[in-house]
Parts: sequence; structure tokens; C-alpha cells
Amino acid sequence: MSTRTFKIWRGDSHGGEFNEYDAEVDEGMVVLDVLHRIQALQANDLAIRWNCKAGKCGSCSMEINGRPSLACMTRMNTFGPDEVISVQPLKAFPVIKDLTCDVSWNYEQNKRIAPFKPKPRGRDGEHRMYQQDVDRVQEFRKCIECFLCQDVCHVVRDRGRKDAFVGPRFMIRLASLEMHPLDDDDRVPEIKKEYGSGMCNITKCCTETCPEHINITDNGIIPLKERVVDRYYDPLARLARLFAGRKVRTKTRSEEQSR
Amino acid sequence: MNVSEIQTFEHDVLVIGAGGAGLRAAIECSARGLNTGVISKSLLGKAHTVMAEGGMAASLGNVDRRDNWKIHFRDTMRGGKFLNQWRMAELHAKQAPERVRELEEWGAVFDRTPDGLINQRNFGGHRYPRLAHVGDRTGLELIRTLQDHGVHQGIHFHMECTALRLLLDGGRIAGVAGYWRETGRFVLFRTSAVIMATGGGGKAWNVTSNSWEYTGDGAALAYEAGAELMDLEFTQFHPTGMVWPPSVRGTLVTEGVRGDGGILLNSKGERFMFDYIPKRFAPETADTILEADKWPDDPSARRPPELLTRDVVARAIRAEVQAGRGSPHGGAFLDIASRRPAESIKRKLPSMYHQFKELAEVDITTTPMEVGPTLHYFMGGIRVDADSQQTNVPGLFACGECAAGLHGANRLGGNSLSDLIVFGRLAGVGVDAYLSDLSATPRADDTQITAAFREATDILNRETGENPYLMHEALQDVMSTNVGIVRTGPELQTAVEQLKALKVRAANLKAPGTSQYNPGWHEALSVKSLLIVGEAVARAAYIREESRGAHTRLDFEGEREECARFNVVTKKGPDGEMQVEKVERPEPPKELAAIANATLEELEGGQLE
Repeated sequence: MSTRTFKIWRGDSHGGEFNEYDAEVDEGMVVLDVLHRIQALQANDLAIRWNCKAGKCGSCSMEINGRPSLACMTRMNTFGPDEVISVQPLKAFPVIKDLTCDVSWNYEQNKRIAPFKPKPRGRDGEHRMYQQDVDRVQEFRKCIECFLCQDVCHVVRDRGRKDAFVGPRFMIRLASLEMHPLDDDDRVPEIKKEYGSGMCNITKCCTETCPEHINITDNGIIPLKERVVDRYYDPLARLARLFAGRKVRTKTRSEEQSR
Repeated sequence: MNVSEIQTFEHDVLVIGAGGAGLRAAIECSARGLNTGVISKSLLGKAHTVMAEGGMAASLGNVDRRDNWKIHFRDTMRGGKFLNQWRMAELHAKQAPERVRELEEWGAVFDRTPDGLINQRNFGGHRYPRLAHVGDRTGLELIRTLQDHGVHQGIHFHMECTALRLLLDGGRIAGVAGYWRETGRFVLFRTSAVIMATGGGGKAWNVTSNSWEYTGDGAALAYEAGAELMDLEFTQFHPTGMVWPPSVRGTLVTEGVRGDGGILLNSKGERFMFDYIPKRFAPETADTILEADKWPDDPSARRPPELLTRDVVARAIRAEVQAGRGSPHGGAFLDIASRRPAESIKRKLPSMYHQFKELAEVDITTTPMEVGPTLHYFMGGIRVDADSQQTNVPGLFACGECAAGLHGANRLGGNSLSDLIVFGRLAGVGVDAYLSDLSATPRADDTQITAAFREATDILNRETGENPYLMHEALQDVMSTNVGIVRTGPELQTAVEQLKALKVRAANLKAPGTSQYNPGWHEALSVKSLLIVGEAVARAAYIREESRGAHTRLDFEGEREECARFNVVTKKGPDGEMQVEKVERPEPPKELAAIANATLEELEGGQLE
């Protein structure tokens, strides 16, 4: 057991400041354990979101020593013995109180994405998919919606372009639909126009921060960008599609509706 | 307080809880044209369902064609030591396959068999590979599928909102009083039907796999409104929780580790489970290492004893530790490293690999895990009608873990995720039928509403009082010490006395600060639910004088014939005191009794119609 110093941001949408707390830390603890101890003994009203405490629900996202992290997966023995640990809410979203922030924008983005549209079942009444064809989609579906990738995305965080880009989380959600062997919808027009695949400049910060180690950029965003390029910028492929007679939707749903 | 100034929503039905059961129920209600609201204490998609790892049980027969609903039904009844509600076990076994296929229709991506169908894995107590799964993160797949499907169904989601009280009109459901966690403001839901889908109450113990949300709110609110609770003495201790480091003590290690070949060893390196095979399961369990190791590749080999039901394995680990043969931190060793190649472990158990690597700095592909029992699941809960999921309070329904009946004395792994989707849907069907027959809309009077809000604000307004966090810890100490994995009459009586004393102190809880996002206040409110649930578990455990399934009494060893004839029902008496009684079980329908008692040969060959 040792005593460690924490600087925790306390405040709300009107402003706030870092308060200092000294806490006893036992072997094997993670940052969330220490925050709970501070909450129980020194600051009963310290606002924190958390649920599973095992890195599976993505609730306790915060910035620990400036690094977007899950508090339940950040072990205390990763810090130097005298290091002061500072904890603050995610910067990309409006603060509610202390370490909690308003992440409702993410839920709005999710709702904009058109639902899964399954192909009809086979004659035997079954959907057949093979493991090698679903591996990639399963990687994306590991996402626990901690929104750390949204927090580090330059487009969302630094440039504040929430109007133009849905962020890495929803790019991989789109990828999980677009690459789903059973999904029958054509999602490429929206991926380009509505969700802003072109905004991402592949700095890969999202991939580095993902606690589920999803290869967001290489396996998700880049292949989506390639599909957009194939559709809109590759003259040969366009010609080939024209002769093949495949009907390809190049307008987005909202453009079609407004006509 | 003027009720007309309180923010008010009107719904046909309000679902409390947004885990698997709540979401499935809401989807069904909405599909039937009902104006459906959902409230959840957390953000959408964070419910405890995400923690479910192994899979959902359904006799699809994709891996072994001999499987069918009757064998699933038989396994469930035997696992539940014949205290399950027959009709619920029947509905569950019959409907689970269709509910799983429906998830696929909504975008779920299960692991596949070589010929492209939904793959199924072995699990404790299930005769055949029966669990549809996605690696070891099946719960996340379930919740995300329902969430992504649900947001397009016109359901009204109210996130981070807590229910304080059910409102009644002449004994019927008329609404729910609640508050927003974010702002602390009060909110009123006027609705003629409520579906409870709040999960269990594991947070009454200090070693638990459950998250903070598991404070028994649904059972407690229903109890206060006059609903009956049932089977609460049956609390499942999952045999394999992490035991080290202390901060993650209790976090679940999926049964899938054993389903995929993992074995349990004591400090002497012995596979001790061979010493703990109960008579009932002896004909179907391997009794030598040689035979166990042939399973599952050799169809004539019987199942290894590591896959016995959870109650048996949990007690065995506890007994080994008590005999001085435990692991360094007081558990047993769970070894998959020496049984399967590293790549296969990482592919089939990615979350477990990740969890141990990051939280315990243990590489499970090279080193055995240390595991021990952790409070995991409530078999008991709110008593419901098997077909409609309605309680004895008109308009109040319950499904999922907070409802009782399907699992009897012990739940089989994999039967809870299928429980959520089968009975979540049936609750929606039940509500629809109830509302169509309802002639007049019940209306809650203002007195109940203001009383609910006043009681909540008192906690903030007190000058001094008890610390809610420390009160919660005291309650956990009482339950863990006296209502643990093995129980005795005197200890259970002590628990009831100590909980009574805590209840007196809890009337004086104080949360400092304002009502805005104040966890101290939230904690104080949930302590009230935990006290009710804790007392109900202790009292029910006291009057069941036998050892059956997950309920073990040192002073009453073994199952007793006469105790198979009743379920324990708990309700609030007219004097406000808790009443506990034994309620006789109805005779089972002949066909179902025949199936439950049939031999496997009869069921596999389809000889029994």
C-alpha cells in the first residue's frame, strides 16, 4: 500500500478546476479503483460513469495524464512511483459534471445509419455465411462504444467538424454493414456524402487508442475509402459497370428523397 | 410540490431496463403498435448483458443433429433440480431457436460452422453443443444487435434515468416516478403497463461478477407495489471468477474456457472434479482422465466433470480451498494453456486472453488462471405467469433475470441469454393483450407521486447522516458472511437481524452535494433496494431446509423429497413486514414430466412424442 496524489477535474458546463486528492493505493489496483476510493471517502458526489469494470462496456472513458483511456483498464503500476495522476473528462464532448460528458451526439450519428437489410434466406430457410467471410465484420463488431476513437479523431476533436464526419466509431459501424455478407443495401453513396469518409486523413490515432485493438483505419476506413474511389473516381470500373448493366445507386438516400 | 409542473411522458408501456430482456421486450411492444418508452440507469448499450460471454442456448442442431427442444428442456429441468416452472422451461426450449435466427435477421454475426451455419459450443449441463456464440463476447453481440435494430423502431429511449416508485390506481399500474441522473430532476411517466427488466441483485455481495447497476431495483420496486417474489434463496455462485488481483476479484471467467477443453487443478496438480461427481450425473460424466480426454472427439466418451453444473463446480472449488489445496490467492487453477494451442485460445477466447493480460498480467496461453466462486446470477426474482409474464399486480410484467421461474434451483450457462430474448418477447405479447382488454386508463393520484419525490430529496436535505458507500459495504459484509455459498440456519437468522438494524440506519442516509449527477445520492437510493432483496434472500434461504441446486445448507445436507413440492414466495404483508411462505407446486403436465424423466436414448431416437 502506498499514498498517491490524484488531480481530478471537478466542475460542470460553467467551468471547473483540478482538485488534489491523496489516496491509499493497494497492489493490483486500476485508476477506477482509486477514483472509487476517493469517491467513497473524500468526494461522495464525484461524478464518474462506469459499469463492468472489465473493459467490456466502454463506460469509464476519460483522459488520464492527457491520454484518452478506460479507467478500469489503466493499471496503477504503469505510473512512476512519484508521478501525480491527473484525470479529466473527454475533451471532444461537452462536459456534464466532473468526469462525465455528454456523448449524445454519438447516439444521434448511430441513428442516422440505415438499418441492416438482410438478403432473403436460402431455400433451406438458413442464412449461410462462412467464417472467413465474417472474420473482418466480427472485428468491427468488437467495438464497445467507449468513444475514445471519437475523442482522439482530429476531425472531431481539433477541427470540430462533427457536422461533416461521423468519426471513426461510425466508420467502422458502416464498414461492419458494408462488408456484412448478408447486407443487401448499397451504402457507398452515403459513406462518401453523408458520413464524410473523405474527411479522414489517416493519422491512425483512432487505431492506436482503441482498447479493443480494432484496426480501425487499415481494415475499416481505408477499404471504405477505396470503395468510394472505385465508385466515383475510377473511369474504367464505371464503364465496366455500365456494360455489365448493374444498377448502381450514386445518389444518397436524402438526395433521392428531396427529388 | 406541484405535480403538473413535473416533466411528464405518456406511454402505453414503459420498460425499465435496457439490457437484452428490456430491449427485446421494447422491440416487441413497438412492433405491436404500442407507444413504448424505455428507461435505463446507464447509457444505451452498456447494460450488464454485455458481460455475458459464453453464448445463448438453443437446440438449433447445427453441430449435433440429435439435439432437439425436448433434450434442451430436460437439461434445463435437471439443471434446475426440478424446481423450474414447467411451462416456462417448455416455452424457452421450444422458442429459443427461432429467437436466435431472428437475431441473425437483425444483423448479428455468430461464429460459423464449416458449412456456413450458426456454430454452437459445449457448455456445462447441456447434452449437446448448443450455445450460439461470438467468440467469448456473445452478450455484446446481443445487445448491439438489439440496440441497432431498436433505434429504428420508434422506441422512446430515456437514458440515465432511474425509477423510484411504481404508481398504482386501485392496485393497477398507472405510472412510474423517476429522476434523471444527469440533472437530478424528477420525471413522471404515465403508463398503464410496466415491464421490469432490471436484472439481479449481485451487488449485495462483495465478490460478484455484477456491475453497480445490479442492485435489485426491479424486485424491490415490484415488492413495494405488492408483487410476489419467488425462489430468491437460489443465488448462483459462478465457479470461475478471477481471484487476483484484489481489484478485479469476482470478475467473470467464462465457462467457455472449460467448454473448449480447460481443466481444473488444485495446488497438487490433481484434476479434483473427478471426486465431486453427484449421483444424478454419474451415468453421463466421465470418471477417468483417459475418458474425459477423449471428449468431444470420440462420441462414445462421456463429458468431463469440469462441465458439471455451476453449483457443483463452485462447491468443489470451495471444498478444495478449505482442505488446504487451493491456489496461492485462494482459488483453483483453470488450465487451458496445456490443452490447446495458443492461436486457438486467442481466437476462441479473445476477451479472456485480453482480460488476464491487461488486468492480471497473466498470459493464459502459457499460464493457468487462478479462479474461484463469485456471485453471478439470481435464479429467483419477481413471480410471473409463464405465458404472459404478468405478475400478480395487474399491468406489471417482468422478464429476464429479474423474473423467476425458468431456472429453478440452478441455471445452466447459456440459458440466460436465450431467456432474455424468449421472455422479453413474450412480455411484449403479454402487455399487448393486457392493454387491449383494459377498459379505462388508470390514473395515479398526486399523493403517491409527491411522496416518492419527497423521500428521495430527504437524502440530500439532511444536515447529517450515514455515508451511503459505507452503508453499502456494511450490507455486503452481512450478506457475504452469512448468506454465502454454503449457509446455516443460525447464520441466516443473524443476517436477517443485522439487515433489520441496517434498515433503521438506512432511514438516515445522507448524500452531500447537489442533485446534479451525484453518485452518492444514487448509491443511497439503491441501498434501499439492496436491503429489500438481501432480506428476501436470507429469509427464503432460512425456510428452505435442504440443499438443492445453488442453495446449500450445512445443517440440512442433500435434497429432501418433500422440499421438491414447493417454491418459496416472498411478499410484503399488510403490516409492512416481509412475509415468506412455501407455495405448493402444481402437478406437471404428463407429457412434460415424461420428457424430463426420459432417457437420452428415448429422446434422441424420437421415440417419445
